[in-house]
Amino acid sequence: MFEIFTKLADWTTYDLLQLSPTSNFAQALHFFIEDVTKIFFLLILIVFAIGFFRSMLTPERVRKVVAGRSRAVSYPMAVGLGAVTPFCSCSSVPLFIGFLEAGIPLGVTMAFLIASPMINEVAVVVLAATVGWKVALLYVAAGLSVGIIGGLAIEFFKLEKWVEEYVWKIRMGETAIQQVGTSFKHRLIYAWQQVKEIVGRIWLYVLVGVGIGAALHGFIPQSFFIKYASVDNILAVPSAVLIGIPLYSNATGVIPVVEALLSKGVPIGTVLALMMSVAAISLPEMIILRKVLKPQLIATFVSILFVSFIAVGFLFNSILI
Amino acid sequence: MKHFKILGSGCKNCTNTADLIEQKAKELGIEVEIEKVTDIAIIMGYGVMSTPGVVIDENVIHAGGIPTPQNIEKWITS
Repeated sequence: MFEIFTKLADWTTYDLLQLSPTSNFAQALHFFIEDVTKIFFLLILIVFAIGFFRSMLTPERVRKVVAGRSRAVSYPMAVGLGAVTPFCSCSSVPLFIGFLEAGIPLGVTMAFLIASPMINEVAVVVLAATVGWKVALLYVAAGLSVGIIGGLAIEFFKLEKWVEEYVWKIRMGETAIQQVGTSFKHRLIYAWQQVKEIVGRIWLYVLVGVGIGAALHGFIPQSFFIKYASVDNILAVPSAVLIGIPLYSNATGVIPVVEALLSKGVPIGTVLALMMSVAAISLPEMIILRKVLKPQLIATFVSILFVSFIAVGFLFNSILI
Repeated sequence: MKHFKILGSGCKNCTNTADLIEQKAKELGIEVEIEKVTDIAIIMGYGVMSTPGVVIDENVIHAGGIPTPQNIEKWITS
């Protein structure tokens, strides 16, 4: 199904530019061309299709459906909807306050915020198209579980005291947003707007991700990864998670790196732990959340995720080898 | 004169929205007043969770994402 992108890369690299297939540069360039074309094609296609069918899924709606449910329902719902509801990270603060104001527990709210950057439909499809459905499904399962576990841990430790006091005092007005048109034309316009907004927001992450993936693929020998990132090296998973914390990218942007690392023989748990860490923990997001969370809660939040990602890494490495 | 409030924490999409409305109004030769609201308590008071939100004469008419030029024109002229 995606051979056309491989063929395009073959043709550009070997026919048009006459590069030798054995050279490092040719391999890197081939990877770059194939991934850039494939990922942007999928990105535009999926965002458009989903925008078309899902013009109605907004954080306001999520708040309404999750509020007042029992925990057995609200946790899975929060991570599931967190994965598929589009919202700009600058809306994290009003979203957080709005959820708490509706009586949604802090743990459920955090579960939503953990799952949201880690999983989204674009990343899942691109992951499946580049490294296979098995890895994509594992990633989703792990991401949803980490969201639920993270939320439950925050609830268990009763961390409401580390939410800024003013948050509890805010009262939200009645949401009276005019309905978006549901006609065919409105849906098309909405879908196209989504493409412009989402591609406009993440294109650079994708481009940088493909660039790093291409460099790894072309220039770093497999022996390097076997030496440092094999299952036997107990520090490989924690290091991968640590490296991922300061790095930030959109989930889709990390995928080319994931692809390159897997093809070099880095174990799947290590790679997925890195991907989660890069996508889920980011400095800009923490700075935004600092407006509503005290530093203690941010530190706890990052620690819980850190431990969870390492656990995911070791678990997958031990059962999938 | 129409009074626009742009609700948002000061993120890029919010400034862009304010700029777009100002630009469109100038294009159409209609004077409008634009106020950026960054106080989160006031934003939530309007029932808006996804920013940027747009309020005209105390009615929320848009929330989440940059509005389309067509919509902006409609708001300014209607």
